[in-house]
Amino acid sequence: MDPEVPVLSVVELGIVRDVELDDAGVTVVVTPTYSGCPAMRTIEDEIVAALGAAGFPGARVRTVFSPAWTTDWIAPEAREKLRAYGIAPPVRDDASEELVPLHRRAPAVECPYCRSTRTEMRSEFGSTACKATLFCLDCRQPFELFKAI
Amino acid sequence: MTDSTSPALFEYLLRLGDDRLVLGHRLSQWCGHAPILEEDIALANIALDLVGQGALLLKLAGATEGQGRSEDALAYHRDAVEFRNALIVELPKGDFAFTIVRQFLVSVASYFQLEALTKSAHAELAGIAAKAVKETRYHVRHAGEWVLKLGDGTEESHHRAQDALDALWRYTGELFMGDEVDAALVRAGVAPDPASLEPAWRAQATDVLRRATLQLPADVYMQRGGRTGRHTEHLGHMLAEMQIVARSHPGAEW
Repeated sequence: MDPEVPVLSVVELGIVRDVELDDAGVTVVVTPTYSGCPAMRTIEDEIVAALGAAGFPGARVRTVFSPAWTTDWIAPEAREKLRAYGIAPPVRDDASEELVPLHRRAPAVECPYCRSTRTEMRSEFGSTACKATLFCLDCRQPFELFKAI
Repeated sequence: MTDSTSPALFEYLLRLGDDRLVLGHRLSQWCGHAPILEEDIALANIALDLVGQGALLLKLAGATEGQGRSEDALAYHRDAVEFRNALIVELPKGDFAFTIVRQFLVSVASYFQLEALTKSAHAELAGIAAKAVKETRYHVRHAGEWVLKLGDGTEESHHRAQDALDALWRYTGELFMGDEVDAALVRAGVAPDPASLEPAWRAQATDVLRRATLQLPADVYMQRGGRTGRHTEHLGHMLAEMQIVARSHPGAEW
């Protein structure tokens, strides 16, 4: 499971790209989410440990960068799990072509608790680099958004 | 990739990696000291992105050099004269306006540089760039929106933002100066000519600065030297702080 979002597995997040089996053993191919994601080391260790416990000791992890990880790879069921956990799933903001828009016409983010769209962004970042911090004006709770990348 | 390009590629990857490692470290110095909590979080996260990108690039540099130097060895056991970052990223963090204006100017340049690198003939470098360019887009947006808020803000915020811009402008030219290292890599299809990135940077940067009601400084002599190890007096002090733990325990491992 993802160490920061323990309701989602690394397979559902699209971090695990492939599994290779040969005479030397198992190799799991992963791709990092963010360049600086500090959870990647833990994820790699946990993959090796899980495979060891399942009867495949000495499994290796290989990291690939191409194609670049994108939140588009997060499975639809996983998006609902995020919401149930209190994290708004990623919203594609394709309308904004400008690098620094003067008027941010971002699609309204739905509060994962009360579903209101009267929400505002308090910080582009949150407890982790992949999430932003928002506030719901209706139920008055802060929540995080998994940013689209 | 021919052998003759490797020394140039190693130099180039150090430049890319050091730009991000040094800037990431400067940003991390705000952790616990930013004016508001949301910015403490934002700057620390951007620092993390940058240090992460720096680590990936330095790791690739070490592999290219082929002498067994890991990203940690390169980050913690080189002296200032061996660093290849542009001068603009090593300048002390200054006030919030200085950090924001510097972040904006550098992030926009980085965005166009990474966008070009996604088309590099070097597959691994292109892969790292494809990842980093998306993160950098968020950095540009964050810094750009703050430039608008500070420039077109109160008298004090405007004045601090203008002072920052005036102080930083002479360091922007170095980002677009190429030398024989760049030329070799342009020939190999690995890297863009830095000068070719300037028009896009200038258009985007001046657009936001103008909307922020800031005055563009007159063109001045552009400071340079970082790409060949001639740094300001600031880098040595920064590295002393950054490297002391690793250097106090040579050979230690996590």
